[in-house]
Amino acid sequence: MAQIFRPGQILGLKLALLFVLGIVAIGVVTVYKAAGGPVAPGDAAQQPIPFSHKHHVGDDGIDCRYCHTSVEKSSFAGLPATETCMTCHSQLFTDAPMLAPLRDSAASGKPLRWTRVHDLPDFVYFDHSIHIAKGVACVECHGRVDQMPLTRRGASLEMQWCLGCHRHPEEHLRPREDVFSMQPARVTAASSPELLRLLALVPERRREDCSTCHR
Amino acid sequence: MAEVLRGRWGYASITDKIADIVLTRPVHWVWALVFGAAASGALFFFGAMGYLFVRGIGIWGVDIPVAWGYAIGNFVWWIGIGHAGTFISAFLLLLRQKWRNSINRFAEAMTLFAAGIAGVWPILHLGRPWFFYWLTPYPNVMELWPQWRSPLVWDIFAISTYLIVSLLFWYVGLVPDLATLRDRAHTRAKQVVYGLLALGWRGEARHWARFETAYLLLAGLAAPLVISVHSVVSLDFAVGNTPGWHSTLFPPYFVAGALFSGFAMVLTLAIPMRHFFGLQDFITARHLDHAAKIMLATGLIVAYGYFMEIFTAFYSGDEYEIYMTLNRMAGPYAPVYWLLMACNVIAPQLLWFRRVRRTVWLLFVLSIVINVGMWSERFMIVVTSLHRDFLPSSWGMFYPTGWDWSMLAGSIGLFTMLFLLFVRFLPAISIFEMREIAREERE
Amino acid sequence: MPPVSRALWRSVDEPAAGSDGHGPHDAHPLEFSPSRRDFMRLAAASLALAGAGCSPPAEEITPYVKSDGEPVPGVPRYFATAMSLGGAAIGVLARSDMGRPTKIEGNPTHPSSLGATDVWAQAAVLELWDPRRSQTVRRGALPMSREAFFSALGARLERLRARGGEGLRVLTRYVDSPTLEAQLRAVLERFPAARRHVWEPLHRDNSVEGARLAFGRVLEPVYRFDRADVVVALDADFLREGPGRVRYARDFAARRRADGRAGAMSRVYAIESRPTLAGAMADHRVALPVAGIERWLAQLDGQLRGAESDDPRVRAAAADLAASAGRALIVAGESLPPGAHALVHALNDALGAPGQTLQYIAPVAAAESCTASLRELTGDMHAGRVDTLLVLGGNPVYDAPADLAFGDALARVPFSAHLALRRDETSAAATWHVPATHFLEHWSDARAHDGTASVVQPLIAPLYGGTSPHALLAAVAGEPDADGHRRVRRTWTLRQAQGEREFENFWRDSLREGVVRGSAAAPVSARPRGVPYSPPAGPAGWSVRFVEDASVRDGEFAANAWLQELPRPDSKLTWDNAALLAPGSAAVLGVRTGDLVEIEAGAARVRAPVWVLPGQAEGAIAIALGYGRGTGVDAYPLRASGSPWEVRDAHVRRSDGRHAFATTQEHARMEGRDPVRRAAIADFEAGDFDLGKEQPEESLYPEWRYEGYRWGMAIDLGACIGCNACTIACQAENNIPTVGKDQVARGREMHWIRVDRYYEGDAAAPRTLFQPVPCMQCENAPCEEVCPVGATVHDSEGVNVQVYNRCVGTRFCSNNCPYKVRRFNFLQFADRESESLKAMRNPEVTVRMRGVMEKCNYCLQRITRARIETEREGRRIADGEVVTACQAACPAEAIVFGDLNDPKSRVIAAKRSPLEYALLGELNTRPRTTYLARLFNPNPDIEEG
Repeated sequence: MAQIFRPGQILGLKLALLFVLGIVAIGVVTVYKAAGGPVAPGDAAQQPIPFSHKHHVGDDGIDCRYCHTSVEKSSFAGLPATETCMTCHSQLFTDAPMLAPLRDSAASGKPLRWTRVHDLPDFVYFDHSIHIAKGVACVECHGRVDQMPLTRRGASLEMQWCLGCHRHPEEHLRPREDVFSMQPARVTAASSPELLRLLALVPERRREDCSTCHR
Repeated sequence: MAEVLRGRWGYASITDKIADIVLTRPVHWVWALVFGAAASGALFFFGAMGYLFVRGIGIWGVDIPVAWGYAIGNFVWWIGIGHAGTFISAFLLLLRQKWRNSINRFAEAMTLFAAGIAGVWPILHLGRPWFFYWLTPYPNVMELWPQWRSPLVWDIFAISTYLIVSLLFWYVGLVPDLATLRDRAHTRAKQVVYGLLALGWRGEARHWARFETAYLLLAGLAAPLVISVHSVVSLDFAVGNTPGWHSTLFPPYFVAGALFSGFAMVLTLAIPMRHFFGLQDFITARHLDHAAKIMLATGLIVAYGYFMEIFTAFYSGDEYEIYMTLNRMAGPYAPVYWLLMACNVIAPQLLWFRRVRRTVWLLFVLSIVINVGMWSERFMIVVTSLHRDFLPSSWGMFYPTGWDWSMLAGSIGLFTMLFLLFVRFLPAISIFEMREIAREERE
Repeated sequence: MPPVSRALWRSVDEPAAGSDGHGPHDAHPLEFSPSRRDFMRLAAASLALAGAGCSPPAEEITPYVKSDGEPVPGVPRYFATAMSLGGAAIGVLARSDMGRPTKIEGNPTHPSSLGATDVWAQAAVLELWDPRRSQTVRRGALPMSREAFFSALGARLERLRARGGEGLRVLTRYVDSPTLEAQLRAVLERFPAARRHVWEPLHRDNSVEGARLAFGRVLEPVYRFDRADVVVALDADFLREGPGRVRYARDFAARRRADGRAGAMSRVYAIESRPTLAGAMADHRVALPVAGIERWLAQLDGQLRGAESDDPRVRAAAADLAASAGRALIVAGESLPPGAHALVHALNDALGAPGQTLQYIAPVAAAESCTASLRELTGDMHAGRVDTLLVLGGNPVYDAPADLAFGDALARVPFSAHLALRRDETSAAATWHVPATHFLEHWSDARAHDGTASVVQPLIAPLYGGTSPHALLAAVAGEPDADGHRRVRRTWTLRQAQGEREFENFWRDSLREGVVRGSAAAPVSARPRGVPYSPPAGPAGWSVRFVEDASVRDGEFAANAWLQELPRPDSKLTWDNAALLAPGSAAVLGVRTGDLVEIEAGAARVRAPVWVLPGQAEGAIAIALGYGRGTGVDAYPLRASGSPWEVRDAHVRRSDGRHAFATTQEHARMEGRDPVRRAAIADFEAGDFDLGKEQPEESLYPEWRYEGYRWGMAIDLGACIGCNACTIACQAENNIPTVGKDQVARGREMHWIRVDRYYEGDAAAPRTLFQPVPCMQCENAPCEEVCPVGATVHDSEGVNVQVYNRCVGTRFCSNNCPYKVRRFNFLQFADRESESLKAMRNPEVTVRMRGVMEKCNYCLQRITRARIETEREGRRIADGEVVTACQAACPAEAIVFGDLNDPKSRVIAAKRSPLEYALLGELNTRPRTTYLARLFNPNPDIEEG
């Protein structure tokens, strides 16, 4: 009896099969990539005021703690109150249109609503104060904000990224006095024992415990 | 002793007979009726899954202390049923048991469907099913791996291996018959579909040679799985410290139980099938007799398991084990215990009698009874052990909800539907292997 | 994942999807946003005053100026305040997370608390944030503005002024607030013809009358259980009811521990008509109907006077009391008639108790019989002599004695206003309903059981624009200054005649410490006169005993889900009350648990479901008050002014129908498994006692070494009084959801620490044993081996942690947990919708989602906070620096937590006791949480059945 499939068709079938397999493979890869979480560095988020760290930190050299007051005391670094901004901006750029929201806030008492750039999942309990106390510099996670006209996320903030540092903190630590500096760390012979002492307080395993960040 | 192939059948007649069931025979109203019922059951099953995912497993009766309920019971039950198929096709093949040829095909199909449905339950049973893949090892940004000491992780491997191997084994075995169907098909559509599935089988000697090796190799692969899968499943319990679970007896006892229930299911399916499709000549009294004997043997092993459990409980002198045993016999769930004793220990004893083994309707009833009995055994193991463990203060009860029952029914519906489709669209009996028998009979 | 309230701005105005908001600014999703400024001002005010040396005057601090008063975002602060209940206050420290009161702790400097709390204080935060609180003034059913009410009231008062206030009545509960007292006086000054009345459903009239009989005036005893070697409690649950309960539990427990000193342990006889905590702790317990207790007391009296009683228990008790004169104490419960109270005063006096084991003070709040007071009021109302009635709190329409028909009387009052947190029966019947402020929302003051005063300071502005009783009375008295803060200050300026500067210091200290120094009532020395006392003959019919409910009290907390779901200590019932029947009585009636009985007393009839309770007095039915709204049975219709605590000669018959209860413990026997180990103090001191300890099994594997901290816990069963404070404290601290009656009945309650209750011995007179069971934090944790995803693991400090975001919910861990302390979110139990509940939650604890397992983790968030703070300072956590929520709440100090690597820690000391044992130790799970066996001090002259 006659063949049901001509050779050409058979080839076509095989190719189609291959194609399907390929699609599946690509799908798997993309899904896996997507599951990998937000990819760094993100774009600058839409903010009520195009605040420039470059200007304030880089050019004016304002210390981080001037605005992020609770960074050494609390899990939350703190965002400046409208009043804090107004300490200068009641004098400077008093009629700059871009600062209108700030003035409105000062007038109405309604807070500014910034968009969070560094957003961790809600089941992650990050504490700024302890990282500062251990000599983890702001730049380690936030990058060179002094070079960012608009604030961007420097790091992926994925769990493996956190773990990377928690497992090998040595190269990420610096003397306490340099923590707020944007410059590369300068670990001197004098300062290194101090760093070790800071670390030594927690047994190494502690830094990898689930309960260190999740609860 | 009755023969494996009754009456005088030749190559052609065998082929006609079996192939016609698929190709020409019109849909019988009974088939349609049962199919309709089964399909609606299956449909409900999927609907219920949806609701389950939306609301959470709280719709079931599970609680603390009985945190595992029907889902796990059904899982063990279904996976057990699957075993007979693999046993028949792989074990008996290796043992050169020719009589298997007439029942292995649909037994394997049964295996496939049962194992597939079984595999669904552990996922449904999760609190957050959408994360089930966390049980599998894969590189991820959390730098986390499964917790290898947990038998649930071993399960994943055991079951997935089992599914894959049985599927291959079944499909490879189908190829020659698919070719036959392709060649006998009248409509273009059937030719194309069967043609695609036949993978261009032309029945050359070379094909047959390759086929034989592949089939044998796969059999060799499948055979150990019969033992391994249910042993691993049994460890889900045996590894736990709950009285009634924590026992070295479990693996052999589970495997035997699996074959027991599996062969029961084979009969439950074979008897109506041979009746409706007039396959009495192919699935002869001899087959039923063999199946019955295996049921009897495995049933005795299971019974031995029951009695060993009781013995070890008292022999160990462990107060918790002893209480657990007494609680099974006289506690709130005692009826379940005595039901399974009646179904799994008392009833099979009838099989000692040749008369019974030869009375088809009686076998059918028995097979159903045993299936019920085996399900109650799963219930006893899961629920009765959990509901009263160590601290009297946390003893509790488990009451199945409507969802528990209906989803069990739904899964049975799905199974039946799949099987009905199978007998309609694929040769339920291996044509080429029947031919072999015919040949040997002639020589 | 579940939305986490980690800090205010995370928790409240973010969608479950959860992109974080920022900073304190957008802290206000709640409807009360407009009042944000005053809320901040108030918070800042109290804190400026509380924190020492905060320069800026409170009222002038505006929010979010970076001044000293500004709280550090994300760091909780504690404010001392006080919660009064039933006419006595307990000093508390309220935790404020970014201005949201989220948790109540006891105030260590407060005499009624000493750092502990009762269940009601723990439930206060839910009471505050409850979205079903009344939010609008209503006239009848009509919503009205607050102004509308006050103008109506003003107009009314104008007319009253003309007749000197004739027809004006003010009904309060027991008043323990000096300021409120002063205001009431002011009202009476302004309206001489007006009258004030008091009604407290759980009143102390019998004590009041008894004292009057004995002393000719009203005096209140303050007990010193820490000094009592022998205690006889006559139907008195001093551990759970009445003023001073928390303090008493502390003092009492101090004498129930084995601290090596011979004779250090007290001996307790409890003669009672229903199971109580005191009875459960007693060495000898006799269950009798009230009449029987009175006869028992009379026999005791006779025995002490030299007569010979035929009851060996009476003889032994009398001998004990006599032998330890000056160190003995007899406590009479409210159910006993005034005569009995007078006799007890006399006996205590004869035993030299005054000045030793008890002290008399002028009454704090219960200065008069409130039944009489209310009877007078309702009489006048019926007679139409009342045209303006102000009801400050309480719910008399629901809980007034049935025979006074307060509801009908109220209908005859043209103008009545009811001030209440929720819209209840009285609100509906009154012409006006005014939403009240919660005690965390207003300035006030309150006095403790020993008279010590505290200033009540608000942590938050009224969520729903409530009115405080002070504000209402201010309007009535025509006070010019409406400011609550200044009003309370004024009260104390008048009391403390001193200079401006001293007063500022005094005020600041009082706020910071939560007590007004030296304000305790002065002891009064008084000799009781002998009063002839003759006990009644036994009742012919059934005795029906009305008892204060362990959760809803008089019904005040009926709407509080935490309390409703808290298992009642004796029955382990939730969401229900029941007719508690002794096994024998049940047999007589031919009923079993779940059957219904009809109780008939006088004209009133009540159908109630039966709960057969071992240890209940035969022939007596105990039924808790406060139910019948949504759940349970209302027993008030049976309660007449003449028989506030017990109806005698009631008719009880079986009725048809069944009732489904929800209990958290179905099995009450130990089945010979001895989870609770016991020893008699005599054997213990003699050193011959066997707890049947298992030796830890040898292991081939080396011990795991913990370099840093190694957390552990010890629970003293000798001290635990089974009050459930730990359970509800844990619920408040760890955002544990309630699941409702139906789910509890299905065995899905979520409490991380439960209090198991076992019975030992004869069901008619059993010994009750309590055992709190949190996660044991096993060293060889069975749960960890079976979790396929490693969602439950040991951390480097030995805590068996549950990682919610990793859990997939196989529930294998729960199956494998021999203690069954793991809890599973079978459905979405945590309320993720109600905004106010989001604001209530502990921002440092994940709000769990459906499908994940959860359990006790030794208050990980508290450990973490301490670790971070100490490491910032570069030191180790000191012993006692981490206190778990259950430990903090426990009135009996039964729970000790600490670092097992610190040889000097209190927990190590506790675990060194020979009484220490591991629950189910034979399983070799090696729990970190271990128990100290329960000790008893039975009288050798009495052989128990």
